[in-house]
Amino acid sequence: MSGVTVELTVNGQRFERLVKPRLTLADLLRDELRLTGTKLGCEQGVCGACTVLVDGAAVRSCLMLAPQAGGRSITTVESLGAGGELNPLQAAFARNHALQCGFCTAGFLMSATALLEREAVPTRDQVRETLSGNLCRCTGYQTIIDAVIEAAQAG
Amino acid sequence: MKFPPFQYHAPATSAEAIALLGADPEAKLLAGGQSLLPLLALRLAYPTALVDLAGVEGLCDIDTDGRAVRIGAMETLTDVGRSDIVGEKVPLVSAAIAHVAHEPIRNRGTFGGNLAHADPASELPAVMVALDAQLVLQGPAGERRVGAGEFWRGPFTTALGADEILTCAEVPVWQGGWSFHEAARRSGDFALALVAAGIESANGSCSAARLCLHGVAGAPVRARTAEEALVGGAIDETLAEEVAELATAELIPTGDVHCTSDGRRKIARTLVRRAVLEAGGSVQ
Repeated sequence: MSGVTVELTVNGQRFERLVKPRLTLADLLRDELRLTGTKLGCEQGVCGACTVLVDGAAVRSCLMLAPQAGGRSITTVESLGAGGELNPLQAAFARNHALQCGFCTAGFLMSATALLEREAVPTRDQVRETLSGNLCRCTGYQTIIDAVIEAAQAG
Repeated sequence: MKFPPFQYHAPATSAEAIALLGADPEAKLLAGGQSLLPLLALRLAYPTALVDLAGVEGLCDIDTDGRAVRIGAMETLTDVGRSDIVGEKVPLVSAAIAHVAHEPIRNRGTFGGNLAHADPASELPAVMVALDAQLVLQGPAGERRVGAGEFWRGPFTTALGADEILTCAEVPVWQGGWSFHEAARRSGDFALALVAAGIESANGSCSAARLCLHGVAGAPVRARTAEEALVGGAIDETLAEEVAELATAELIPTGDVHCTSDGRRKIARTLVRRAVLEAGGSVQ
């Protein structure tokens, strides 16, 4: 099984790697690029913990082969906030207790980021609908929705 | 689990892709991967090679000649769902797509991949059958068309040959009333039962009816007897009840951990009744 050369942009930086075809985008980000903010929950696309943005769209990085990411621009949770400061969405999560163990959080942040790009002030139902693909075992979801609504309203 | 190993090919033309399939009977086409890759993750499939269609020309496009909408197989579900042409000419398709999984899956999953995967509880095959769509296939012998009524044969089984590619669907325009209903335990789950309905009315009575159920048998069920009962009638509660019974009385759906066989049948019955009333009332 020969390797495939993949060239992609991650959080604004260009990378080139020779990978086995079966390497997922998630494993490329975590193991090759050491961007471990993206988490693996189910590795079959149902939990949402691995959600990243690919050319601005929310995608399950566990259901994308690294070769399929060639030429794409990937955005991960590491791109949120800068210099140790939380961005408004992250700060809203902290204020609203929208995380406990934090394992699902990166996936929620990226799904919510994609939503807020498209819909500046979503309704509670829209937030619920968009985030229905992300599972959380700790919070019960209401505080997560509160955080996204608050971040949206703050502009 | 991690995927088992495979060769990876990224052909530039459909001819190349078809040749790759022909050369290796254990090779699989890769479209969005949102159904195929979970099978690899669960180690339910061990393809020797994946033939990535992303770089193949001519599989992406949505256009219309006024009578039908042609939807390219490699269009993502998100793009098809947001298409103005689709929303205007075949709104039943847009309505069904909203029920498919979740947004990140729709951002990568393709229209053609969804149709070819043929999950027995998926939304789009029911709509294709209800609207009498044509599926366009390409293989070593050239292009052929298969009617939606013949394309889906059973769970995960279609008319697609081992060395053929689904290139697009041609969906006849439907401007009459329509309705799509699905029951699932959680938002985004595969359906326990789903119904796609279309009703055209003239002078207060039904002039044409389309009714297709899925999730209740291995392949989509076109309820022709129920359709015939609708034509010529005025759509009201009584007719909707009668049609719901006609469409579901003979069904013997699968029973499993999610729902009993009888449960699925009763759910389907309720959905048919609701869909008929809505399609009958939402005439444009």
